[in-house]
Amino acid sequence: MDVQLEDSLLVKRYIAGDEKALEILIDKHNQRLSSFIYSKVNSRDITEDIFQDTFIKVIKTLRKGSYNEEGKFLPWVMRIAHNLIIDHYRKSSRMPMFNGADSFDIFSLMGDDKLNVERQIIKDQIDSDLGVLVNELPADQKEVLIMRIYRDMSFKEISENTGVSINTALGRMRYALINLRKIIERNNIVLTN
Amino acid sequence: MGKIYSAEQSKNYNYKVSDSTVKFLLDYSKALDVMEAEGIKFESNLN
Repeated sequence: MDVQLEDSLLVKRYIAGDEKALEILIDKHNQRLSSFIYSKVNSRDITEDIFQDTFIKVIKTLRKGSYNEEGKFLPWVMRIAHNLIIDHYRKSSRMPMFNGADSFDIFSLMGDDKLNVERQIIKDQIDSDLGVLVNELPADQKEVLIMRIYRDMSFKEISENTGVSINTALGRMRYALINLRKIIERNNIVLTN
Repeated sequence: MGKIYSAEQSKNYNYKVSDSTVKFLLDYSKALDVMEAEGIKFESNLN
């Protein structure tokens, strides 16, 4: 039986109240999802946490009847995990940790690398201008660029999510950048900070 | 070039989360109750 079809049947059974179907789904994808998370965070504890949070979101979405990714259960779950991994890194970068080394230097934690108000305004303006430029790109190139730059997805993940080969995704990214440069040159736009 | 980008993904970690994490999720699912009232869905945990 087709793996995706099997997933969709298990999802239907779970939504209909069969708890055993959830157990099968978790068991079936445990290794792939855990290994994916572990490959990104390199910590067993954090992997357990992110795996747990991923499936809590999955369970809530299925039980609320909000799931509509027909036949694409695993890519959907991987996307949730991917977003939670990004959230984890965002939180941990805001929270510097003291690792207890003898050579601890308090000034290593006290650097101020924030942008000042003027630079922040310039950065926001550039981000906003860039968003307008990205919207000018053909849909397939825009999709790949957004997944790569804004969602920090690998080309393999982009390939899996868009249904095209990695080389096609790479090509689209290349053309997206070439076209962005052309738009910038054609309109004499200056993007700098 | 595609091989370069897929190299990291293909590392074989063979890692699985613990049975206790799986058990927590199954218990969580059993305890979760979703109610709908006037088009709004509410969730509650029956534990």
